[in-house]
Amino acid sequence: MNNSKINNILIIIKKQLIDTFKNKTVLIQFIMFPMLTVIFEHAIKINDMPEHFFTNLFSVMYIGMAPLTSVASIIAEEKEHNTLRVLIMANVKPVQYLLGVCIYVWTICMMGAGVIATGLDSSDIPFYMLVMAIGFAISALTGACIGLYAKNQMAATSAVMPVMVVFAFLPMLSMFNDNIKKIAKFFYTEQLKRLLDEMTFDGMKTSTGVILAVNAVLMVLLFLGLFKKKGLE
Amino acid sequence: MIYCKNVQKSFSGKKVLSGIDFEIGDGEIFGLLGPSGAGKTTLIKILTGQLEFDAGTINVMNKSVDSLTGLDKKNIGIMMDQFGVYERLSCYDNLMIFADIYGVSHSKIKEVLTRVGLESDAKTPASKLSKGMRARLSLARVFMHSPKLIFLDEPTSGLDPQTMNQIHKLILEKKKDGCTIFLTTHNMEEAYKLCDNVALLNEGVIVEKGNPEEVCRKYNHQKKIKIHLTSGEDMELDHNREAASKIECLLSDGILETIHSSEPTLETVFLELTGRKLEEEY
Repeated sequence: MNNSKINNILIIIKKQLIDTFKNKTVLIQFIMFPMLTVIFEHAIKINDMPEHFFTNLFSVMYIGMAPLTSVASIIAEEKEHNTLRVLIMANVKPVQYLLGVCIYVWTICMMGAGVIATGLDSSDIPFYMLVMAIGFAISALTGACIGLYAKNQMAATSAVMPVMVVFAFLPMLSMFNDNIKKIAKFFYTEQLKRLLDEMTFDGMKTSTGVILAVNAVLMVLLFLGLFKKKGLE
Repeated sequence: MIYCKNVQKSFSGKKVLSGIDFEIGDGEIFGLLGPSGAGKTTLIKILTGQLEFDAGTINVMNKSVDSLTGLDKKNIGIMMDQFGVYERLSCYDNLMIFADIYGVSHSKIKEVLTRVGLESDAKTPASKLSKGMRARLSLARVFMHSPKLIFLDEPTSGLDPQTMNQIHKLILEKKKDGCTIFLTTHNMEEAYKLCDNVALLNEGVIVEKGNPEEVCRKYNHQKKIKIHLTSGEDMELDHNREAASKIECLLSDGILETIHSSEPTLETVFLELTGRKLEEEY
């Protein structure tokens, strides 16, 4: 990748950074779950509650909501306000734009995960961050798919809601219902929750790796298909 | 600067542009006039490489439009019908993004903001700007990298006369700087005032083109003289000897208040050629 391409990606990241502090809808996505986790872990102590219960629960919801809604909303807003076309006309390539947005959202989410990780044992932090990194990457890609598909923010919100419910809430609901668990296990967020519950790769089932890989590959294929069909128009 | 020969474009089998021919010289302001839905924005999208065309030849800056490189595109500035500004960002930040993309020094931002009269609003978020100010911010972005060729898609649509005049002034300043400007509008006064050459587009076909004054003269069939007398009476006379002596009499009697020739406007030429008004919508 030459300097101009990297420069354009960095400009998109810089633009998003300036914009995020003025965009409460996106900002709240980034800080809500880290804040909730810190507060709940310190405020609520129940006997027999699994260790780091709220950390794991909110981390999976963070994975299933923040990158997905942020990436989809950023792309859809740019389409709706015609700023995306202006960027493309200024010779920012669609791939550079999408990379800039996804890298930015992934990085901010990783910073949020870093805040959540402060409540963990230091030996668990690398594993936790790795799991979160995988989850954020798949979710950001899912958000990009919705952003490519949606013509405007309204359409993006309508598309995000059901996807978000599946990815963010099924792992939580699966704790209470075995039937839901049977369905949820096919989604990456449920598999990541199981990894976080164990906090180790030791004894990880092959199926976990396969489901994560299949989820990621499906998302990449969906993204490529949508990008080829619709581009950023 | 731009050469178009027999350009065709269809959407789902419906022809939206047909046999488009024109040439635009360096440093010229070219106006594409037509009612909403005539194909103006489609043509701009084709000329700027945003949309593929079905047939014909298009050269922009002596290159086929398909082969324009990123470097070539840096010599092109585009203001689309929607202004495309970042609502939450200040005017300065909006321009800074594009200064960075174009590799222009940040010192140019203040200069451009001053040029469009937004220097005191540098820190104002775009969401707080009026429509006219947004138009000027959008123009500032176009001017940022001093492009050689500028496309303006209905730059004054829906703006008040004062803002319209400010934008006209800015456009003429860019022409003085040597820029070639491609302008779409359905405002014939704007076209008459700004453009060196115009093309009248109706239902995807150019029905007339040339210098605005020459186009109007070409369709001056009626050749009437309109007279208003001090008594309040209005008269319409033909261009002939009789009219000349009548006017002489009125002048010597001191009862002639105003006298005007009545050449057709671009609006009336368009109406004569198409049976439609320029401001008409589909």
